[in-house]
Amino acid sequence: MTKPIHSAALAAAIALVGGLAHAETTLSLLIDNNPETIAFAESLTAAYTAANPDVTFDIEQRATGAEGDNIVKTRLATGEMADVFNYNSGSLFQALNPATTLADLSDLPNQANVLDSFKSVVTSSDGVVRGVPFGAAMGGGIFYNKKLYEELGLSVPKTWEEFMANNAKIKEAGKVPVAQTYKDTWTSQLFVLADYFNVQAEVPDFAAEYTENKAKYATTPAAMQGFNHLEEVFTAGYLNEDFGAATFDDGMRMVSSGEAAHYPMLTFAIANVKQNYPDNLGDLGFFAQPGASADKNGLTVWMPAGLYVPAASPNLEEARKFVDWVATVDACNLMIGAAGASGPYLIKGCELPADVPPAVADMLPYFQEEGRTAPALEFLSPVKGPALEQITVEVGSGIRPAAEAAALYDQDVEKQAKQLGLPNW
Amino acid sequence: MTTRRPSPYPYWFVLPAAVIFTVLFLVPTVASFWFSLTRWDLINTEFIGLDNYRQFFKEPFLVQGLTNTVIYAVLTSGSKTVIGLLLAVLLTSGLRGQGFLRSVVFFPVLVSTIGVGITFSVLMHPTKGLINLGLAEIGLPRVGWLTEASLALYSIAFVDLWKGVGLATLIYIAGLAAISPDYYEAARIDGATRLQRFWRVTVPLVRPATVTVVTLSLIGGLRSFDLIWAMTRGGPGFSSDVLASVIYKQYQAGFYGLSTAGNVILFLLIALIILPLTWWFNRREVDL
Repeated sequence: MTKPIHSAALAAAIALVGGLAHAETTLSLLIDNNPETIAFAESLTAAYTAANPDVTFDIEQRATGAEGDNIVKTRLATGEMADVFNYNSGSLFQALNPATTLADLSDLPNQANVLDSFKSVVTSSDGVVRGVPFGAAMGGGIFYNKKLYEELGLSVPKTWEEFMANNAKIKEAGKVPVAQTYKDTWTSQLFVLADYFNVQAEVPDFAAEYTENKAKYATTPAAMQGFNHLEEVFTAGYLNEDFGAATFDDGMRMVSSGEAAHYPMLTFAIANVKQNYPDNLGDLGFFAQPGASADKNGLTVWMPAGLYVPAASPNLEEARKFVDWVATVDACNLMIGAAGASGPYLIKGCELPADVPPAVADMLPYFQEEGRTAPALEFLSPVKGPALEQITVEVGSGIRPAAEAAALYDQDVEKQAKQLGLPNW
Repeated sequence: MTTRRPSPYPYWFVLPAAVIFTVLFLVPTVASFWFSLTRWDLINTEFIGLDNYRQFFKEPFLVQGLTNTVIYAVLTSGSKTVIGLLLAVLLTSGLRGQGFLRSVVFFPVLVSTIGVGITFSVLMHPTKGLINLGLAEIGLPRVGWLTEASLALYSIAFVDLWKGVGLATLIYIAGLAAISPDYYEAARIDGATRLQRFWRVTVPLVRPATVTVVTLSLIGGLRSFDLIWAMTRGGPGFSSDVLASVIYKQYQAGFYGLSTAGNVILFLLIALIILPLTWWFNRREVDL
């Protein structure tokens, strides 16, 4: 569904009435179809056109996940890419071959506002920054239902053991301890990916060794834990009955309404609850995936997506101006207003309002304390196997044991590294 | 021996068709053999010899994908042939409402495969699907039609049969119409029972239709993709993956050279199965 943007018509009308002699530019904008992204794009483009009546936008939506990767890669390669588009940062950004396909955005004046931690995940192999942040940073962890926790007298777990003990009590009370939604296969990866804070707490140089083909999931006990956890919750019978056919939206409904107590997910999903189940937003809480020890408890963090300009854009200058403006505090505040605050924005001086939803309030302390966050592995290493989501579905459905699955994933990773032509593989 | 009369048409009449065929078919086919030997990101290619083929055969899910492809093709093609023939016999026997029933059987062929896939995945939902609700109503346990690893492929094959059997029936109806009533009359005079008439007259004489149905549905089954993708995306895990979905996943991951190599392998596999089969069918036809 592509919505015509009313502001475009409005801007055209203003231009007509005023009889302005500006050269009209229409920038095409390709975004993913997450409700949060759409809200960002609509409010940003409307504001930009209001300030620059000669620039209008043509917004096009695409699928997310592997389907979306496909669209972005193919359109970049065939020169059919929109003037501006949003896409993941980190390893997926690197897979776009950014040094040749994307425009250099390092000299935009407002790059000075962007936090360095974000710049590093949109920098191509030649050292050039090629994106600006689009949206908030996310935490990967476990959503929980605060009301249910209160009723059962549970407290937020700091270790995996405590988490499993909570699950046992929840099951006793006749509720679903952990929601899983394997119809949307990508949602099955969270227990593995969100465990990375715990992996690097045990093995600090895992990312580097992993990229150099030295460390493996199957042979690193700390890295194995994510796969083990997935197996444990299945074996214990803690999942919802329809876990094989439920969707991401089902998962957020279950955990926010109290049908289920936990749902491992990224915090961008808060926007989903805000839109689809606004009455439940107050019951939705969040904590980092617990690991082996309570002393080392922290959050695995996902960088926001970036906004990029293809090197071959015919409207390069206008596109760069728009993207530059997106990196301002004003634009950042517009995004907060449009979709609410789902996490910290990586623009200096862009503060979250005081009345954030409880799940966001649960997440922010991790960011405020030193050493309680770590970037997810995909922002530290270009190596990520494409079959992880199928493999985690297998482990989480009891089709394949965790140890075998980790070894299988190592093979998948090897294939990806070879196809990317990485050194040492 | 007859001397060939010169054709009234000059050779260059073939030119427009040849150009289209070359540009749209021959060139891409030859190019895909080349690309299957490279590491290809749609912009740059790097020649890596047979590495893609080596990788493809090392693919842990390939063996399962291959077995699933064969199971799926044989199952759907076999059931379409048998049920298609039986339905055709039924629908040419002068039943009341025969025309209506024929359209009912043929109707699913006209519906979009993706639409059918989505509809059936809703019907087969483990807790909310109509099928399991119906089973529960009559006291039977729920079945994970698409979520049980050992069952998913068969559930999809069943939907494929539901969707494709109309075409097989149509071909058989045409084949049955071509059989002269004289044979049946002669058989009846000789005292053949209905069953004997079916086995001794209908089955052998409808053979050309059988060859068409088996060949078409087998090729369709071997390269089937859309229904499987719409219903399970090869899941849960890899349990309903077929060769075509394994290839598509390599493409999605951006491994274009590798997925092209997979397509070359699929092409060779279909050729290896279909060519001897048609040869065998044709030879038997001469014997008859």
